[in-house]
Amino acid sequence: MNWDWSAVADFLPKFWDGVLTTLQALVLGSLISFTLGLVWAIAFRAPTRFIRWPVGLITEFIRNTPLLVQLFFLYFVLPEWGIQFSALTTGVIAIGLHYSTYTAQVYRAGIDAVPAGQWEAATALSLPARRTWFAVILPQAFRRVVPALGNYVVAMLKDTPLLMSIGVLELLQQARLEGAATFQYTEPLTVVGIAFIVIAYPASLLLRSLERRLVR
Amino acid sequence: MTTGLWEHWVLPGIWITIQLTLYSAALAAVVAFAVGAARTHRSKAVRFLAGFYTEIFRGTSALVLMFWMFFVLPPLAGWQLVPMWAAVLALGLSYGAYGAEIVRGALNAVSPAQREAGVALSFTPWQRMRLILLPQAVPEMIPPFSNLLIELLKGTALVSLLGIGDVSFAAYLVRLATQDSAQIYTISLVIYFVLAFLLTRGMRALERKAKAGIGQKSEPVFKGLSLRRPAGRARELEPMTRGGGASMNAGTGGAS
Repeated sequence: MNWDWSAVADFLPKFWDGVLTTLQALVLGSLISFTLGLVWAIAFRAPTRFIRWPVGLITEFIRNTPLLVQLFFLYFVLPEWGIQFSALTTGVIAIGLHYSTYTAQVYRAGIDAVPAGQWEAATALSLPARRTWFAVILPQAFRRVVPALGNYVVAMLKDTPLLMSIGVLELLQQARLEGAATFQYTEPLTVVGIAFIVIAYPASLLLRSLERRLVR
Repeated sequence: MTTGLWEHWVLPGIWITIQLTLYSAALAAVVAFAVGAARTHRSKAVRFLAGFYTEIFRGTSALVLMFWMFFVLPPLAGWQLVPMWAAVLALGLSYGAYGAEIVRGALNAVSPAQREAGVALSFTPWQRMRLILLPQAVPEMIPPFSNLLIELLKGTALVSLLGIGDVSFAAYLVRLATQDSAQIYTISLVIYFVLAFLLTRGMRALERKAKAGIGQKSEPVFKGLSLRRPAGRARELEPMTRGGGASMNAGTGGAS
């Protein structure tokens, strides 16, 4: 079979639509995972085990079961409970929720790396819990976690094609529809595969340099 | 859910998921050791090729790769793989690239004096690898490999989108048959969780054995619920199983 450039040209408009949807899902999913992960991480340090235990169990469960099944769970089960979301919203929530359990571990490691003296100083100054977290601990933890969080953004990018399964028109779904319509799968699928590498590789190089600058 | 659905779809689904995981893990291990070792090779060309391989396969999405192998490879190559083997190939090649980074990190973490001692004793490179480097590096690889194995198990769910009858596919069919999504999807999530739990305990037993072989202690096989390795700072801040980039030279170093 030969490579057909005109098929690539025909696919391009849909390709850009797909890029837009993929990036949309990525950005929103990242925001959810960053905030929710922080909530989990703070809950890991809750004073009572009645919070620590359930949160630990829930995050462990979400982290060790497939995103695809969680996606279907949200997509099919939530409407049964009377909650209706669009496919894209469901996908964003699923990705955000899934990766929040990863970012939670990153935050936790970052928080654990803050020297104990900082906690003690906050206690000595009798700072309230909220100020201890937001003025003392988190600003110091964030510096260390940025590169690791970035890595999960790249990982999320590579999981956005899963949204295809619930009918979100992201890159892979666009390629598949194009293939089904024209009987030429080679060009769209190859273009999409290369697009992922073209986005992911510079991103990982960027993160590597960011890591060198921030962590050491 | 009726017993018929259970016996005809879910149980065979579990078996297919297990098979997929084991076969892809075997392929990924072969790829990981070959490519990871090649990345520590003397020759620059070999190192470059191995690096190229890992960047390509870590750069693209496993699902896109799977679709590519399904739709593009057959007309391109003129032959077609059985769906199951196309899936194993896609999973094994992409997770092997992640594993290669683990192997490389662990090999680099072995003290340079050990390698120099091998040179001083005029071991061949192959003897150095087999008798000096690997016995010390392998126990360090097992915890990150254990995490990667769970990622692989989760990755097998993707094959259901290609119509292979694994647990996720069975869940989809049972949903269509019973019109009750909550039940079957909860069950299948629990199935995956139990499989992941068993895999980690198996890996922990393996780690105990490997560490005992070089006279190190390790934690008991059944202790606590945690599936992932304890979140040491060095390890969690440098996620090596997923994501694009962070080098993990320091990650495996003083761990466990």
